[in-house]
Amino acid sequence: MKAKLALIAMSALLLSACGDNDNNMVMPEPPVEPEPVEYEFAITITNLTHAQPMSPIAALLHQSGHYFTVGMPASEALEQLAEGGNNSDIIADEMTLASVSTVGPLGPGATTNLSIKTTDLSELKLSLLTMMVNTNDGFSGLNAIDVSALPVGEVQMYRTLAYDAGTELNSEAAGTIPGPADSGEGFNAERNDNHNMVTMHSGVVGSDDGLQSSTLTSIHKFDNPLLAVTIERVK
Amino acid sequence: MKAKILTTLVATCLSSAALAQDLEVKITNLTHGIYYTPLLVAAHNQDTALFKLGEQASEALQAMAEGGDISALGQILESSNANMVANPAEGLLAPAGSTMAMISTIEGNTHLSIVAMLLPTNDGFVGLNAWPIPSAAGTYEVYLNAYDAGTEANNELVVEGSGAPGILGIPASPGAAPGTQGAGVTASEENTMVHIHRGNLGDDEQVGGNSDLHNTVHRWLNPVAKVTITVK
Repeated sequence: MKAKLALIAMSALLLSACGDNDNNMVMPEPPVEPEPVEYEFAITITNLTHAQPMSPIAALLHQSGHYFTVGMPASEALEQLAEGGNNSDIIADEMTLASVSTVGPLGPGATTNLSIKTTDLSELKLSLLTMMVNTNDGFSGLNAIDVSALPVGEVQMYRTLAYDAGTELNSEAAGTIPGPADSGEGFNAERNDNHNMVTMHSGVVGSDDGLQSSTLTSIHKFDNPLLAVTIERVK
Repeated sequence: MKAKILTTLVATCLSSAALAQDLEVKITNLTHGIYYTPLLVAAHNQDTALFKLGEQASEALQAMAEGGDISALGQILESSNANMVANPAEGLLAPAGSTMAMISTIEGNTHLSIVAMLLPTNDGFVGLNAWPIPSAAGTYEVYLNAYDAGTEANNELVVEGSGAPGILGIPASPGAAPGTQGAGVTASEENTMVHIHRGNLGDDEQVGGNSDLHNTVHRWLNPVAKVTITVK
């Protein structure tokens, strides 16, 4: 992009230089703008957990940056997603070039397909974000996968890991978990986790496992990986 | 994890030839207290799959995952002219144990699969699913996850004879003697497709409690197996 801008600036300079010296110069026809080329990725996602529905899954194309970084505090947009399953602020982030979201949650064992398009492949990254809704602030996804060089027809396979946003204590208490296990509170701006930073998730404990105040049971436990994701460049 | 999968992808690109190959497959049980029932190791064509994530288990897979019976899966492989080794460890493969399978493939058998039931679980298994065999000679490492066949509720009760499909319970618990008279962890299976096993729960009571398994012995985290494949 920068290189292109520099070229345009230079040709403008050259033209104006010519113009100064020769007023009779015939201006070249303005070049015809080429039709923007469309690139398309097909994303297939399977929920591999036993009883953790995934909140509406956001797929995001961006050129730089990260929607989360392990060891750093979560953005408020990520907190919204990881505590309440609301992906609208993540999608609205200024680094998002293109986005698509599943209409509803993705249940255990279920598979969904998304399609995402862009007109510029340079430095293109794909991120994917979703909440495990039967947790306090657990999420899973892909973090800035480089898809800029993926040839048409090529498929990349990924297995996603479980992260903890670090914005809410993993109390598993009744009223704190938005998923069907509890139907409790989603987003709360207060940050009361032990560390205000994103880490890998340590899993849920549940009432069967000695955390008597937990509203979760052994059925809500999970191990990595959580999602099977394939990314195919179809156009 | 990601790097591993990318390695696999690169391997996919390389394996265009579908010629006969000699493979040495070493399988190591990485768990702390889980045993593998007889392993099934096979090189097969690209249209064959022993299991598919997010899809219902076949009856043959169910027989393996609930009771360690690999005969039906073996028949499926045989009918597609796979090259396989059944039960290379000649019985159970204990925690930290390794076994080796030598496979000479015929042309077209370009993918490698491995399965064995995990004991003690209700319907848990370790699996490698149609891994594209690289055509380039070399040594390749793959780490495997524990899957749940989704065909039986994980009640974690040891019941003799429960290895038969449809009979609820864990057929055997090798190693540390299991507990007895558990009440049962759960009676239902929420995800009836093949999925990632959520792990055993266990409890700390020798008699009674919910589970017959021990929470300090019978848990694991992925990965549960390391496979070293030498392509000659």
